[in-house]
Amino acid sequence: MPTAMIDTSTVATHPLFGRLTLESFPYHEPIVVATFVAVVLGGIALVAALSYFRLWGYLWKEWFTTVDHKRIGIMYMVLGLIMLLRGFADAIMMRLQQAIAFGGSEGYLNAHHYDQIFTAHGVIMIFFVAMPFVTGLMNYVVPLQIGARDVSFPFLNNFSFWMTVGGAVLIMVSLFVGEFARTGWLAYPPLSNIAYSPETGVDYYIWALQIAGVGTTLSGINLICTIVKMRAPGMTMMKMPVFTWTSLCTNVLIVASFPILTATLVLLSLDRYVGTNFFTNDLGGSPMMYVNLIWIWGHPEVYILILPVFGIFSEVTSTFSGKKLFGYTSMVYATVVITILSYLVWLHHFFTMGSGASVNSFFGITTMIISIPTGAKIFNWLFTMYRGRIRYELPMMWTVAFMLTFVIGGMTGVLLAVPPADFVLHNSLFLIAHFHNVIIGGVLFGLFAGIYYWWPKAFGFRLEPFWGKVSFWCWVIGFYFAFMPLYVLGLMGVTRRLRVFEDPSLQIWFQIAAFGAVLIAAGIGAFLVQIAVSVWKRRELVDRTGDPWDGRTLEWATSSPPPDYNFAFTPMIHDNDAWWDMKKRGYKRPLGGFRAIHMPSNSGTGVILAGISVVLGFALVWYIWWLAAVSFVALLAAAIHHTFNYHRDFHIPADVVVRTENERTRLLSGQV
Amino acid sequence: MTMTTTLTAERSRAQQAPVFHVADEHAHPEGSSTMLGFWIYLMSDCLIFAVLFATYGVLGGNYAAGPAPKDLFDLPLVALNTAMLLFSSITYGFAMLAMEKGRVSQTQLWLAVTGLFGAAFLAIELYEFAHFIHLGATPQRSAFLSSFFTLVGTHGLHVTFGLVWLVTLMVQVNKRGLIPANRRRLMCLSLFWHFLDVIWIGVFTFVYLMGMLR
Amino acid sequence: MTPHAEHHGHDAHHGHADDGHAHGTLGSYMIGFVLSVILTVIPFWLVMDGTILDKNMTAIAIMALAAVQVVVHMIFFLHMNGRAEGGWTMLSLIFTIIVVVIMLAGSLWVMYHLNTNMMPMHDPSQLP
Repeated sequence: MPTAMIDTSTVATHPLFGRLTLESFPYHEPIVVATFVAVVLGGIALVAALSYFRLWGYLWKEWFTTVDHKRIGIMYMVLGLIMLLRGFADAIMMRLQQAIAFGGSEGYLNAHHYDQIFTAHGVIMIFFVAMPFVTGLMNYVVPLQIGARDVSFPFLNNFSFWMTVGGAVLIMVSLFVGEFARTGWLAYPPLSNIAYSPETGVDYYIWALQIAGVGTTLSGINLICTIVKMRAPGMTMMKMPVFTWTSLCTNVLIVASFPILTATLVLLSLDRYVGTNFFTNDLGGSPMMYVNLIWIWGHPEVYILILPVFGIFSEVTSTFSGKKLFGYTSMVYATVVITILSYLVWLHHFFTMGSGASVNSFFGITTMIISIPTGAKIFNWLFTMYRGRIRYELPMMWTVAFMLTFVIGGMTGVLLAVPPADFVLHNSLFLIAHFHNVIIGGVLFGLFAGIYYWWPKAFGFRLEPFWGKVSFWCWVIGFYFAFMPLYVLGLMGVTRRLRVFEDPSLQIWFQIAAFGAVLIAAGIGAFLVQIAVSVWKRRELVDRTGDPWDGRTLEWATSSPPPDYNFAFTPMIHDNDAWWDMKKRGYKRPLGGFRAIHMPSNSGTGVILAGISVVLGFALVWYIWWLAAVSFVALLAAAIHHTFNYHRDFHIPADVVVRTENERTRLLSGQV
Repeated sequence: MTMTTTLTAERSRAQQAPVFHVADEHAHPEGSSTMLGFWIYLMSDCLIFAVLFATYGVLGGNYAAGPAPKDLFDLPLVALNTAMLLFSSITYGFAMLAMEKGRVSQTQLWLAVTGLFGAAFLAIELYEFAHFIHLGATPQRSAFLSSFFTLVGTHGLHVTFGLVWLVTLMVQVNKRGLIPANRRRLMCLSLFWHFLDVIWIGVFTFVYLMGMLR
Repeated sequence: MTPHAEHHGHDAHHGHADDGHAHGTLGSYMIGFVLSVILTVIPFWLVMDGTILDKNMTAIAIMALAAVQVVVHMIFFLHMNGRAEGGWTMLSLIFTIIVVVIMLAGSLWVMYHLNTNMMPMHDPSQLP
C-alpha cells in the first residue's frame, strides 16, 4: 500500500539535472558500451562524409524541409530500414540467449538487460519499423495513384514525419542514457507503474510513443483528406485503386484508434508522475482497465499494419498476372468490413483475464468472423492469378510466399480465437509464433513486395534481381526455421519472455529457431547488398519508360522518378485500372500547352517542432522540470510563430515544366 | 473541374475519343481540405474524451472510502459554469455572423466577449478544483477522483488552448483583416469551440448530474 | 468510407466556390441557444429538485435530454448536415459515434463482468 503512494516528489532530483546522474549512463554494460562506440564511430564517419561532400545544405534544403510527399515517403522508408536493423539486432540477441541458456547456463544477457531487449524489440518493430514502412509507402504511392500533386496538408506531412523520427530518437537515446522499459511492449500496469518500475524505462516508452503518436495521427488525417478531396476527376470511390482503398481504411483506423493509445498512455503517465490511481492496485484503481483500453487501440493497430499490404498484394497480383483484379467490389467491401470489425474483437487478447463465458464467447465469435473477409481476399488473389500470365518477378514471389505463409498464421489465429484453446496457449510461444507468422509473413513480406514493386518508380532503376532472390529465399526459409519451432514449443507449454530454461530437451528447438534468425540476418544482409549493387549498376537497370512492370494504375503513367509536380496535367479517369485503360485506348502523352503549376513551399518548422518535442520528452523522462517548462513554452511559441507565415506556396514556372516534360519526351523516344 | 473542362470532355465524348487529362485546369484552391481535415481531427479528439468517459464510467464508483460526488459537487456552481460556456458559444456565433458580413471590429468585439466567457468558465473550474483539493479530495485520493479530475481537467485544458488560439487569431485578424486564410482559421476555431460545448454536455450530464444521483 | 459514398466522390471536385459549409444565421443561432438553455435547465432542475421523478427515471430523462441537446448543438452551432463536404463530415461523425459506443459499452460490459467474476466476495450469498 505505501509503495503505491510513491510519486515523483519523493524521488531525489537535482534542480539542474533532474534524476540524471553519471550512474544513469550504462558504462558497466559491455554490450551497450561496444554498441555506443560503434554508433559514435559510425556517426562521426557519417558526419565527416556529409561535411566533406558538402551535403548538409543539400540534405536540409532538398530533404529535411521538403513537403514533397514522395521525398517524405522515401525518408519514412529510410527510417524504417534503420530501425529494422536495431529491432533485428534485439531479435537475434534474444534468439542467441534462448539457444544457449540451458543446463544451468545463464546465457550472456542478464535479466535486467534481457527484459529491456524484448520490450525494445516489440516497440521498435511495431512503431518504428512497420508503421514508418507502411506510412512511407502510402505517402509515396497514394497521391500518385489518385492523380494528385501532393497531399492535402504538405507541411503537416513533413511535421508528422519528423515527430515519428523524434519518437525513434528518444528510443535510441534510451539505449545509452538510462534504460528502456522492462515491461513488455504494451507496458501493462501494475508492473509499469511507478511502484514497480521506478526507473526511466517506462517514461522513455511513454514519451517516445506519445511523440511518434502525434505524427501518426496527423499523417492519418492528412491521407484521409487527400484521398477524399484530391482524387483526379472521374475517379469515383469505386474507381479507386485497391491500394488507395486499403490506405483510406488504414488511415481511418489510425485516426480512430491512435487517440485511444494517446489517452491511455496519458492516464498511465498521470499515475507515474502525479500519483493518481487509475491503474494502481489500491484506492480503487484497476490495472485491468489499462489492458482493456490499450487493446481497444491494439487490435485496430494490427489491421493498420496489414490492410495496406493487402492493397499492395492486390496491385502486385493483378499487375504480374496481367489481369484485372478479380472481385474488386468484394475486395473493397471486405476491407471496409475488416475496418469496422477490428473494433469488435479486442478482448481476445485477454480471454484469460476473467470476464467470463458470455463476454469471451462474444469476442471469440467476432474474431472468427473477421477471418471471413480476410479469406475472401485470399480467394480473390488466387482467382486473379488463375489463368493469368504470371511473371515471377520479385514482387510476385513475395506475394506467393505471403499467401502460403499468411494462411498458416491465419489458421493459428482462428485457433487462438477459441477461448478454451486460448486458455491453454495464452502467453505461450505459440502466440509468439502466431503473430510473427502474420506480421512477418503478412506485413513484412508485403512491404518487401511493395518496395520491389515501387522502387523503380521512386528511383528510376530496378533493383538487381539476383541478390533480391538470395534475400527472398533467406527470409522465407529463415522465417520457417525461426518460427515453426516456436509453435511446437508453445504447444509444449513454454511461455514467452523467458531468459533461461531448465528442460534440456527443449534446447534443440531454440537452436533451430536461432539458426532461422541467422538465415533472416543473411536475408537482411542480402537486401542491403542488393541495394548497393543496384545503385552501382543503376545505368544497366535504368527504366526510362516510367512503366517497367506494364502497370495498371496511375502512378505508372508518369516518369520514374516523377517530377516534383507528379503530373503536368491532372489526369481524367474512366476505369479502375486507369493507366491500363489509357494504354489500351491509345493515350497520347500531351506534348504542349504546359502551364505554371501551383506547389507548396518547403518549411523547416517541422524539424524544429519535432526537435523541441524530443527535448521536452527527454526532460520529462529525467524530471528536469525547468527544461520541460522551457521546451514546452518554446514548442507553443514555435507553433504559433509558424501560423503567422501566410506565404506557403509558389508556382513552378511554365518553362520549367516544359523543360522537364521535353526531357521525358526525349527519354521516351530513346534518344539518350 | 471547371465548366470549360466539362465542355471539353463532352465535346470529345461526341467525337468518340476519350479525354485523359484536364487541359485547362485550375489548382485546388488553397485550404480546400482544411475544414474536412479539422473536422476529422475533432473526431479523433472525441475519441480521447471517449477513453476518459469510459474510464470514468468504469472507475467513477470507486471512492476508496473517500469523498463521493454527493459530498463534493455543488450543482449551482456547475450550472453557472455551464451558463458561461453556453454564453461563450452564442457569442462566438455572433462573431461568425459578423465575420460573414466582413465587419472586422464587430468580429473582434464578439471574439473578445467569447474569450471573457471562456476565461470565466476556467476561473470557476479552477476555483472548484482548488476547493476540492482543499477538502482533501485530491486526484490521488481515489480512482473516482483521478478520473474526475482528468476528464474535467482535460476539457478545461482544451478550453485553455482554445483561449490561446483565440488570442492568436485576434492578433492575426488585427494584422491582416478578414482575409480568406483568417476566415478559415476562425471557422476552425468555431468548430473547436462548439465541439467543446458538446463535450461539456456529456460532462455535466454524466459526471455531475448522474454523480448526484448515485 | 463505405462504397455507397461513391456518388459523393465526384462532389469533392465541384463547388469550390462554396465549400459546401452551411453558415448560421442570427435566427438559427438564437433558436439553438434558446433550445440548449431549455435542455440544460430541465435536467439541472430535475436533479436539483430531486422529487419530480424517481432516480432511475431521472437518470433516463437527463441522458435523453443530453442526447437531444447534443443533436441541437450539432445542427445549430456546428452546422452539421448530410451535404457538407460531400457527406464526408456526416460519415466520419457516424463512424466516430459507432466507435465511441463500442468503446463505452464494451468497456463497461467487459469490466463489469470482470469485477463480478473476479471479486465474488462482494456477493454476500457467496460468503462461506
